[in-house]
Amino acid sequence: MRIVVVDLGVANLSNVARVVDGVVSSDPSSIDSADMVILPGVGSFSAVSANLDRFRDRLEKFIESGRPLLGICLGMQLLFELSEEGEGKGLGVFKGCVRRLPCVRVPHIGWSRVYQTGQCPLFYDISDASHFYFVHSFYVDPEDRGIVYGVSECQVSDSAKSYRFPVVVWKDNVFGVQFHPEKSGRVGLKMLENFLNLKR
Amino acid sequence: MKMPAKRIIAALDINRGRVVKGVRFKNLRDAGDPVELALKYEQEGVDEIVFLDITASYERRSIILDLVKKVAENLHVPFTVGGGIKTPEEIVEIVKAGADKVFINTVAVENPDIVTKVASILGSANLVVAIDAAWNGSFWEVFTHGGRHATGKDAVKWAKEVEVLGAGEILLTSMDTDGTKDGYDLELTEAVVRKVNIPVIASGGAGNPEHFYQVFLVGAEAALAASIFHYGEYSIREVKEYLLRRNVDVRMDF
Repeated sequence: MRIVVVDLGVANLSNVARVVDGVVSSDPSSIDSADMVILPGVGSFSAVSANLDRFRDRLEKFIESGRPLLGICLGMQLLFELSEEGEGKGLGVFKGCVRRLPCVRVPHIGWSRVYQTGQCPLFYDISDASHFYFVHSFYVDPEDRGIVYGVSECQVSDSAKSYRFPVVVWKDNVFGVQFHPEKSGRVGLKMLENFLNLKR
Repeated sequence: MKMPAKRIIAALDINRGRVVKGVRFKNLRDAGDPVELALKYEQEGVDEIVFLDITASYERRSIILDLVKKVAENLHVPFTVGGGIKTPEEIVEIVKAGADKVFINTVAVENPDIVTKVASILGSANLVVAIDAAWNGSFWEVFTHGGRHATGKDAVKWAKEVEVLGAGEILLTSMDTDGTKDGYDLELTEAVVRKVNIPVIASGGAGNPEHFYQVFLVGAEAALAASIFHYGEYSIREVKEYLLRRNVDVRMDF
């Protein structure tokens, strides 16, 4: 099985690639022969979406073919149309915008619980409300709430009030997670294994 | 429940690619392989690891990159690297090699523009500004060069300044409590937490699990410790179990 981890520029890919036994590639044509694609992303939306341009056609074709794709962190945000973080276009696989978190402390850095709001293959054998590692300032706001399978929350003021935002989205063969499964210890590794099992 | 969970961070001092122990960078002795120690802490439930590189040698840069690559390939919790970093290029290199975050200290004071520059390339979330501070009788003063150089800057104001410049997190070390094991500097931590809207990692003074509880109570998002874990006085799991009993949300599903 050939798993391609797409290198969109400034990113931290050695870990993802090692965990899924994939190859890191900055060559768009490598996507054509991939069985699965992981779209990671570190950096700002504008900078990375500019790099995304040369992969755009091939990624669209890959998704249309029905093969599984997983977007991680900014890679998940790039599945949407636009971002409040700056200019640039995402892939628009999902309708909706990427917005700034309305929380007391932004960036949201650390281990937060992911509440499972629907049954998704990524959650196989993972308990509800497990902790995953997050590092982000923006979140996805899908038009179709039906694609949301997991949410997390942050504190919006000094009161106990919290804000819930989508952190796992899924439709057909396209998955997106806002946290970093490759950095989320045992639980995160299990989630990546679940993704790989879609093709095994 | 307040999110995210409070983080317990273990710090490792690195000299020429090896973990060292010593008192304030003196009497250094070899304490093992960084990857092995980091993995041991991961097993015990550490939420993050900070590597402070103190290598003073012209091969420094390649030694750090080598270490970062090895750690990144093996560790499955986030890690942060810092110590002696001078340029945005070095920071990008370290992140590309696999570090989740980079912290800078002296260079941010000498050249604050670097914070903005790095944030524009990497995004704020990957850049930590470390602040070493000590009470000088009228305010908490920022020190650079590993605590040797007083800057005259007010640490609380400086914390706000780096937030505005684009830092994603603050690693706040009290030189007054560092090494004492009498607990974190609660006043300093609280003053900074109240001033900024980015997460604050408290550092310096942890001697027992109660100290972690106290510093979380004043609003630190994370607490860093070194010797308490190195010398096996308490395990990370023991600290977390204590915090859980005191109703602090910590990650136990490791």
